[in-house]
Amino acid sequence: MDRREAIKKVALIMGGTVLGAELFMQMGCNPSPEKVNNLFDQDQLLLLDEIAETILPQTSTPGAKAAKVGAFMTAMVQDCYIPEDQEVFMKGLSDLDKSFDKKYGSSFLEGDSRSRTEFLKTLDEEQKKYAKEKKPEDPNHYFSMMKQLTLLGYFTSEVGATKALRYLPIPGRYDGCMDYKKGDRAWAI
Amino acid sequence: MSDNSYDAIVVGSGISGGWAAKELSQKGFKTLLLERGRNVEHVKDYVNANKNPWDYEHRGGKTQEMIHDYPVLNRDYTLNEANLSYWVNEKESPYVETKRFDWYRGYHVGGRSLTWGRQSYRFSDFDFEANKKEGIAVDWPIRYKDIAPWYSYAEKFAGINGSKDGLAQLPDGDYLPPMEMNCVEKDVAARIKKHYNNSRTMIIGRSANLTAPHHDRTNCQYRNKCWLGCQFGAYFSSQSSTLPAAMATGNLRLRPWSIVTRVLYDKDTKKAKGVEVLDAETNETIEYHAKVVFLCASTMNSAWILMNSATDVWDGGLGSSSGELGHNVMDHHFRCGASGTVEGYEDKYYYGRRPNGIYVPRFRNLFGDKRDYLRGFGYQGSASRDNWGREIAEFNIGAEFKDALSEPGNWRIGIGAFGETLPYHDNKISLDKKVKDKWGLPVLAFDCEIRENEHAMRKDMMIDAQEMLQAAGVKDAKTYDSGYAMGQGIHEMGTARMGRDPKTSVLNEWNQVWDAKNVFVTDGSCMTSASCVNPSLTYMALTARAVDYADKELKKGNNIA
Repeated sequence: MDRREAIKKVALIMGGTVLGAELFMQMGCNPSPEKVNNLFDQDQLLLLDEIAETILPQTSTPGAKAAKVGAFMTAMVQDCYIPEDQEVFMKGLSDLDKSFDKKYGSSFLEGDSRSRTEFLKTLDEEQKKYAKEKKPEDPNHYFSMMKQLTLLGYFTSEVGATKALRYLPIPGRYDGCMDYKKGDRAWAI
Repeated sequence: MSDNSYDAIVVGSGISGGWAAKELSQKGFKTLLLERGRNVEHVKDYVNANKNPWDYEHRGGKTQEMIHDYPVLNRDYTLNEANLSYWVNEKESPYVETKRFDWYRGYHVGGRSLTWGRQSYRFSDFDFEANKKEGIAVDWPIRYKDIAPWYSYAEKFAGINGSKDGLAQLPDGDYLPPMEMNCVEKDVAARIKKHYNNSRTMIIGRSANLTAPHHDRTNCQYRNKCWLGCQFGAYFSSQSSTLPAAMATGNLRLRPWSIVTRVLYDKDTKKAKGVEVLDAETNETIEYHAKVVFLCASTMNSAWILMNSATDVWDGGLGSSSGELGHNVMDHHFRCGASGTVEGYEDKYYYGRRPNGIYVPRFRNLFGDKRDYLRGFGYQGSASRDNWGREIAEFNIGAEFKDALSEPGNWRIGIGAFGETLPYHDNKISLDKKVKDKWGLPVLAFDCEIRENEHAMRKDMMIDAQEMLQAAGVKDAKTYDSGYAMGQGIHEMGTARMGRDPKTSVLNEWNQVWDAKNVFVTDGSCMTSASCVNPSLTYMALTARAVDYADKELKKGNNIA
């Protein structure tokens, strides 16, 4: 891809924000939500935070929101995804909120945690079924993208690595056979 | 002595060049070490060595911008956010792929000694004798006994850890204490040993990480972040090991940003009088003179320098009279093997991140075994418990899902083969004068591929892995072949091979260019065959051996004629 081609692609990505605008319309929030980056605005970031928190909620350890997974997803989708996947992700985010509203009569943000969990469990089953049946060249399901980014963003965050997992910056030694009992946390990295 | 005149010039500061610089300067040679890229200072320039995973915006991954700028690096795990500055700028230094060739380069002080895999094994006489016995390519001009003392010498200084296993195909060395297998690896190793009645073994890897304090370097802290540069100096790199030793003599001058464009050849004396340097920052051309020149610029770039040298005498450049310069390109083919799960160790885990794995030394076509291909392969691998990236069948999202992922998963063991590639005359690199790099210099074109012998071997590389794991009680052992392109092993070898006859080889038994005896080539270029073991330790040994020879010859007054 040469420079000119790259600029065209960037233009296409900018076009993707139209979808974001649509989402904003039906969410009916603040009339000018602040942009996070080229693709996402602040409302979408909040929605991603809540989706992530539903996937990895606060338990005895902090949840995905505390690890700022929403912000992580916006950076990853903008910087690391190809335009085709960005489109799938943005449309998926909008679709997710629409179908939640259809089923529960409110936006995802306004939904209670039981409905959110029930809804995303169904979506995850749909995603798994899609992954089994899809052709190799088909894009991934948007919820599989969200779930993967949530796991990566959470377990490599400071909160996830040090609270949900155990993080050793400098182990200092190696033991190839230490005792383990159920409930002991896994090592980070 | 004028500023441009030295006893010795070394081109390239990676594993081989660092060793040449150390050995020469310790023997009293006023030495100029030329490096084409920037300086990377030990510790100070390891800018990411102390970062946490969350300190990277993309958690170490790759962005579309990086993929755009580094299309070659992107072909494998090598493209990442954490050590991008240790890889060549691909736009400045393009190359031509007549056939796909993955060329992973590090153009800076230390070269790929900063990022290497650190596995360190000795070649054996099965390797040194194979070409002759099988009538392949040409015979190595040396045997194991010629290099054995130099392996010891290199191991003792570099600090190689390993176990002594008494295997003829993988000679034992002078090692620091071995690293430890984890309990699953120990179990699998014991079962393999029993099942195959000692004819196949799984040993702990031998690596250039310090398992005890060594000289003035600290022992390994088990962070497994070697390729960021190690602030403890706990793995062998030019920065941690050879360059400080060379600097301490007061005989070394290191000059970064120095692209060596050719060896200056004197037709009358039939020797080199020095090298020509293009300053990569100022574009100034400078000549440096010396009694001996060591080319350690990497397998491809040492050949490139030779191809650009003495072209008024030989069209194909210095060392081309044999017709072998740039030919016989080899690598190790890999990315296939098997993996599966292990039950019964749910109450065991490990502490620390070991920068080393297990090793299964070659067993094919040895000790009476006979396959429908030549040579063999070894396996590298490890056992570990699955992390949060795994699927949890019972839970798909929510609190229970999160808590389950916060614990380690099943034990899994995987082994991947590294196979020997034969030296084919037709696997070659050449100058493409139509394509120029940032400095207007012609670039290399690659025309290499693996052939029938390697393809036949790859079947065994997969099936044998599965069979061995199954024999060791590993469940659901599945084979994989992720595909391989030449160069991907980052073990390039063979472009200026050693031999016994100037008509069929570029270098003699002391790594001297037959056509200019004061030019030594001691990096991967010199390799006459590839073995299946990681080659860098052999470059260290051959370099130290060649410097010793050069020194003795000069002291005898032979002036390396």
